[in-house]
Amino acid sequence: MELVLSLGIGVFAASGIWLMLRPRTFQVALGISLLSYAVNLFIFAMGRLTVGAPPVLGAGAEVVSVDDPVPQALVLTALVIGFALTALFLVVLLAARGITGSDHVDGREPAQAEPQPGNPHP
Amino acid sequence: MGASPPRPNRSPGIRTHETLPQQEASLRDGPLPMTSSVLTATAETAWSDHLVVLPIVLPIAVAGVMLLLDERRRRLKSGLSLVTVLLLLGIALMLALRADAAAQVYRLGNWDAPYGIVLVADRLSAMMLVLASVLGLCALVFSFARWGRAGPRFHGLFLLLLMGVNGAFLTGDLFNLFVFFEVMLAASYGLVLHGSGETRIRAGLGYIAVNLVASLFFLVGVSLIYGTMGTLNMADLARRLAAPAAAEPALFEIGCAVLGIAFLIKCSAWPLGFWLPTTYAAASAPAAAILAILSKVGIYVVIRLSLLLFGSGLSAGFGQTWILAAGLATMAYGTIGILAARELTRAAGYAVMISSGTMLAVLGTGSAAALAGALYYLVGSTLAAGALFLLAEILQRGRAPGQAQQAVFADEYRDPFDDADAIEIGRTFPAAVALLGSGFLLCTLMLAGIPPLSGFVGKLAMFTGLATGPITAVAWWLIAALTLSSFGTLAPLVRLGIQNLWVPSVDPPPVLRTSEFLALSGLLAACLALALWGGPALAYADATVRWLAQPQDYVRAVLGAAQGGAGT
Repeated sequence: MELVLSLGIGVFAASGIWLMLRPRTFQVALGISLLSYAVNLFIFAMGRLTVGAPPVLGAGAEVVSVDDPVPQALVLTALVIGFALTALFLVVLLAARGITGSDHVDGREPAQAEPQPGNPHP
Repeated sequence: MGASPPRPNRSPGIRTHETLPQQEASLRDGPLPMTSSVLTATAETAWSDHLVVLPIVLPIAVAGVMLLLDERRRRLKSGLSLVTVLLLLGIALMLALRADAAAQVYRLGNWDAPYGIVLVADRLSAMMLVLASVLGLCALVFSFARWGRAGPRFHGLFLLLLMGVNGAFLTGDLFNLFVFFEVMLAASYGLVLHGSGETRIRAGLGYIAVNLVASLFFLVGVSLIYGTMGTLNMADLARRLAAPAAAEPALFEIGCAVLGIAFLIKCSAWPLGFWLPTTYAAASAPAAAILAILSKVGIYVVIRLSLLLFGSGLSAGFGQTWILAAGLATMAYGTIGILAARELTRAAGYAVMISSGTMLAVLGTGSAAALAGALYYLVGSTLAAGALFLLAEILQRGRAPGQAQQAVFADEYRDPFDDADAIEIGRTFPAAVALLGSGFLLCTLMLAGIPPLSGFVGKLAMFTGLATGPITAVAWWLIAALTLSSFGTLAPLVRLGIQNLWVPSVDPPPVLRTSEFLALSGLLAACLALALWGGPALAYADATVRWLAQPQDYVRAVLGAAQGGAGT
């Protein structure tokens, strides 16, 4: 299970970083999402991996193996915040696409990146 | 199955929640046995004890009301936010007065410290709260003239931003800090985009992307710290680090380093801060002015955590060299940037960077006396940078937007006799231009650190702090960097001032509205007051640094006397 989880985190993070460095805004948005999945899994793993262990003990329960509830709470908070901010990022992305007419992160196509003297904003 | 992490509720020696009422009772009955002011504060529960939570609760409550109000009820909204920010300023001042006597700890839900979240108002927090409120008040008043109408929900976002900033200054818990950071950032995304337009959206896109990644770094750092230390309470962390047998320092330090990257991105340290000048130059004036405090939130956290966690104990001095190097590089980059800046807003952005770099570098030297001067300098430079953003907007208002594309030295190759009109304009000097000119002069003096204003006093205090005792090579480097950055700030600001204020332009002189006048003179008066009452302000900064240099006092204040004693 440790191997699967760490591979999963690694693959998510690697794809996220690669996508984030791509020139198109939508790729960047996807990259940030994937990277945040990796980070959320990472937070979860920081509570150590347990199977079938309760996070909260009832009265008189015998302590054999307990799951740490704190990272789970942290993940929930991080998920909600990450979701909201990704949605906001998508809105700004669409606005940028609409206003600049290009989905390049610089707001203009690389072929026209050099502004012409007569046309400062290609 | 992996080993379970050290859990706060299982580790020995921590007071559990159940023991607390007895302690409180003993405090109520007998004479106070402990030096801690915290327990006395909770024992009495006067109304004023809830002051600590008000800087967070008040703005978010009013921001909620703002959402219900229609956009057309502009007067009501403006009035509400004005009253709120005035109240915030009053609360911050009261907190500063009280924090000067003793640090106050507010336990949310009355849960005891390592389990519940605490808010701590000590001298540093209170000082930053006052700074944020003053800047917020002036930026808000400035927005009444024009910018409040430039887009929807300005006031709500503004108050949410203040709530996030105040929360970040007050919280004593790392994950809570993350939440307040996110509130602050989410509101700042809205404020950067306020007014819309291509420049803002393009700058905002980069700003949001950079800060989303910074937040991910924050999360990785926080979870690594939790995974190794088993707590996120700052005081508890400091206590566990001071204990001789803390586990896995290497992994913990990696976590702190990752966390540090997030804060260094926020305070725009080189090479993580290239987003700052573009974003701040693109943002509307009141937004840019209040954003000037945002980079100082990063500085605040770096100061707080390095002095609390790495002042002594297991990882003493961790990351100090890196902070020093990052600070020096930021100062150098900011100075080069401001020399190259051709717009006032960009210059102000680089001035914010220089101020951040100065703080980081001074913190990196580890000199307490110099840090006191730096804290004093931080307040002054933030106020001056905010005022410069406001001034820049007034001066650049109504000018052709393509002005920055002109040749760099266009004004130097002009026929000198073309400027004959200058004398006429000088004779009929409008009052607005007089205020703008003197305001610009004040900002320049403050940011460059030229006598007689507080920028100079701050720099002098840093110099004397660095020069006490045997002067190390690092101190010489820093003194050289501070001097060079002063000259580097002075030259471009003088050039931009001449360009904006002295060179006769075809445009009519800028019209200053009443609220803009009030906002600007408020910030300038605050700068002047900082110089006039330099003695008490420096004494406060000194006391702050002395308090920060004793992390066991902070631990004792938050966790109670027994825990703090164990930590020393």
